Amino acid sequence: MTGQTPSQTVGPYFHFSLPHDGDEVLVTDKTEGERILIEGRVFDGDGKPLPDALIEIWQANAAGRYDHPEDRQDKPLDPAFHGFGRCPTDENGRFHFHTIRPGPVPGPGNSMQAPHINVAVFARGMLKQLVTRIYFESEEKNADDAILSLIVEPERRATLIAHKKVGKELAYVFDIHLQGTSETVFFDI
Amino acid sequence: MADPIPYNREEKGAHPPSLHPAYVSTIKRAPQKRLVLMPQTLSEVTGPIYGHSKVLPDDSDLTRQHKAAPLGERIIVTGRVVDENGRPVPHTLIEIWQANAAGRYIHHLDQHGAPLDPNFSGTGRAMTDADGRYKFVTVKPGAYPWRNHPNGWRPSHIHFSCFGPSFITRLVTQMYFPGDPLIPLDPIYNSVPDKKAAERLISRFDLDATVPEWALGFQFNIVLRGRNATPRED
Repeated sequence: MTGQTPSQTVGPYFHFSLPHDGDEVLVTDKTEGERILIEGRVFDGDGKPLPDALIEIWQANAAGRYDHPEDRQDKPLDPAFHGFGRCPTDENGRFHFHTIRPGPVPGPGNSMQAPHINVAVFARGMLKQLVTRIYFESEEKNADDAILSLIVEPERRATLIAHKKVGKELAYVFDIHLQGTSETVFFDI
Repeated sequence: MADPIPYNREEKGAHPPSLHPAYVSTIKRAPQKRLVLMPQTLSEVTGPIYGHSKVLPDDSDLTRQHKAAPLGERIIVTGRVVDENGRPVPHTLIEIWQANAAGRYIHHLDQHGAPLDPNFSGTGRAMTDADGRYKFVTVKPGAYPWRNHPNGWRPSHIHFSCFGPSFITRLVTQMYFPGDPLIPLDPIYNSVPDKKAAERLISRFDLDATVPEWALGFQFNIVLRGRNATPRED
């Protein structure tokens, strides 16, 4: 056994290297599925927005299949969807992704997970990434989701549910609070 | 579908805690509630896989991205990405970014009064080969001041971002240089609880990677989380 290489912060100066224009757009005209906009802000313990965070997302396609060799489900891959996105926060702590609503994927045992998007948060002042998940408001499958069910307190579970926003396109709002009364649930994976 | 073969959990002491008060910015950014331990599902054991088409050969040579060579000490940084069992992590993307030889980033927020170098951007990408090996050509970054504490200076370092085969193996880290007197004073380096683990962040001078009359070589191996069995390959 060889020991793991320790994590270190991305620091404040990653913008010229890691994010590329368009990394926040996961879809093309040919992508299957319901188009959604995910938008949110990242806040610190003083309620101040983080202007120097980097959000990465990873998700299944509309059929509920990951573009990865270990996903051997009998579901179609979508050549116009790979499921990875990256977006730095702006000076007001805002990020957004143009993507599709993912299909359900298998969970522990023989369960199915509710549709969700996997999220990693990087920032100056964060020595390793924080991992969370975006679930969707008004999704019936949320009630049976094995991971959501790990969180007993309803107000904590609520931090993982993105809220529908009325507008000209279907948008979901997902704010991330690093501390405070509405601190987002982060996972140890 | 059967439950996926799980990855090893984070090695105890090898990764910094979220809160490390000596690195002042962690105080308002570290979660205060316990992380929720969860089983690894298909969502975690999968992850983004990049095609080769996105990375060009010159992306890994930071000394050839402009009209002329950058100022500074030319170096070769090479190594392998492996898992905890020593198995190579092939065809995975590595991204690096760094200050120039004077200790200045091209980033617009970097106001350090050291010169920019018109021939150096400080960003590179490479894919590991079938054996997990990678190689960058760059210049040695300078140390630079930061306002975390009085007279604070970051040791020379190169930022590394690494994907590996899954969402779990995602790693962002920093590579340091052997013998740098600033390392023992650095709150970010010292955030790693296990001192032996922290030493894995220090590259090794490598005479074999050194090219005579051209550039010094440094070796930096990266170990990602592994698993006790390999998944079935179809």
